[in-house]
Amino acid sequence: MIGTWTLFQRESRRFLRVKMQTIVAPALTAILYLIVFRYAMGDRQVPGLDVDYFSFLIPGLMMMAMLQNAFANTSSSMIVGKIMNVHVFLLMSPISAAEAVFAFLAAAVLRALVVGSVLLLVLLPFSDLSLAHIWMILFYGVCGSLIMGSLGLIGGMWSKTFDDMAMVNNFIIMPLTFLSGVFYSVSQLPPFWQAINAWNPFFYLIDGFRHGFIATGDSDPLQAMGAVAILTILAVLSAWYLWRIGWKLKE
Amino acid sequence: MNALEINNLYKVYGNGNVALQDVSLLVPEGSFFALLGPNGAGKSTLINILADTVNASSGSVSLLGHDLFHERAWCKRRMGVVPQEIAFDPFFSPREVLKFSRGMYGQKADDAWVDELLERLELTQHAHKITRQLSGGMRRRLLVAQALVHRPKLVILDEPTAGVDVELRKRLWDFMRELNAAGTTILLTTHYLEEAEELCDQVAIIDQGKLITSRPMKELIREVASSSLCLRYAEPLQLSDEDKSILSAFSPRVYDNQLCLTLNKQDSRSDFDTVYQAAKQRFGTPVDVSIRQEDLEDVFLRLTGDSS
Repeated sequence: MIGTWTLFQRESRRFLRVKMQTIVAPALTAILYLIVFRYAMGDRQVPGLDVDYFSFLIPGLMMMAMLQNAFANTSSSMIVGKIMNVHVFLLMSPISAAEAVFAFLAAAVLRALVVGSVLLLVLLPFSDLSLAHIWMILFYGVCGSLIMGSLGLIGGMWSKTFDDMAMVNNFIIMPLTFLSGVFYSVSQLPPFWQAINAWNPFFYLIDGFRHGFIATGDSDPLQAMGAVAILTILAVLSAWYLWRIGWKLKE
Repeated sequence: MNALEINNLYKVYGNGNVALQDVSLLVPEGSFFALLGPNGAGKSTLINILADTVNASSGSVSLLGHDLFHERAWCKRRMGVVPQEIAFDPFFSPREVLKFSRGMYGQKADDAWVDELLERLELTQHAHKITRQLSGGMRRRLLVAQALVHRPKLVILDEPTAGVDVELRKRLWDFMRELNAAGTTILLTTHYLEEAEELCDQVAIIDQGKLITSRPMKELIREVASSSLCLRYAEPLQLSDEDKSILSAFSPRVYDNQLCLTLNKQDSRSDFDTVYQAAKQRFGTPVDVSIRQEDLEDVFLRLTGDSS
């Protein structure tokens, strides 16, 4: 118990110590996006949905920032640990795989929630966004962070260098989150890409999260919940299993 | 009770490299144990298996009577390992690192012990610096503090004094002696053989993944501490297989242009004349002769067959 709590503290202090990079910078990036799209789109509505573009965009950007930060927290800790050789202390400690994964994911979720809250607080005064279903926001926010935190752990275990890690981030995580309907309604896509998009798990995460705010979207959020829950469990279990066998960590 | 009981331990790496071959070893509780061997002998592999950063291929280990591979958490809480490679968390200060380390071993904060460790390892002045600003020697001392912060019963030090200056090394060893006197078992690997000879009461030597010997230090020193006749020649020497077989009774070692041969005593008479004649017959008259008392280094070189 003390071990898990200590590791959680270590992992959360790590990002709190460099707030500029981990909280302020993502918030600023999201705000820049919003300013740009606010002036580019004006008061236009999202085609097919009865909602203005600005209100559509805010939850999507929030969720994208949360997902990327949850991933960054676990993956950077793993890769820095490997490069600096600090991960040996984790391996040598009596903390079990379940405890370690729990502590890492709890810190990832905390970072995602902090970043999400900061964005919301900054942007709320400039919009007439409502909070239609808070439980739905929390469900998708937390599940999304758990999935991304687990992927970050797995990516961190797999990577040998910062370059490997950057590759995972830039070629897998960024495209998947960017092309998940943050900036557009999926119904605007050609049918072929709509079909492909139906298989992108991040689409359901972002759409469900947004549904919690604007009570409308491209998917049925209640139906998607089951799939998201299963995906979350699978992601967490994979991270736990790989940690347990010491995949790419122990020879 | 043995602090460690290692039975038939094997390690074969993924690339086929056999690092440990049927190593069995007892480390008595309360001993100050030296694990010696040339580079690449398998010392670090052995320690990494104990530390759980490398998986064993087969064999068993018990720590204070508990199976290491099945009761990992129990064993880990009683073991502190100083890894050979420097490792530090760039985000935190030594004090924070020690607090986190202790917590990760499931123990409540103990500021008095953390203060004492910082003091003993001469890190008090640097306790609030970020570890990135510490020198190499300080980082290594922090590793030692980290291994001790949960008050382990068994402390394992893998080359802890590499890069630490003489004065500090002495104080570090004084501290280890104190811990040992208080009942902590200490297992160390080192390249400084005089250090091992001075500190340790037990010694094991491994070479090419195999255990060569394991016994009390005194016994090893006594049994092998004979004298050697060293003959210096004008030219560097090389031993042919024939030389080796003819001189085999004297364990010939060559160091550049010096040939050293072990002297044996028969009925309290040294056989130096026989040895000298044998050498002279093979290599001619030397330019200089001396008699050296063998120390651990000679023993080590002889046992590991390393004459370089």
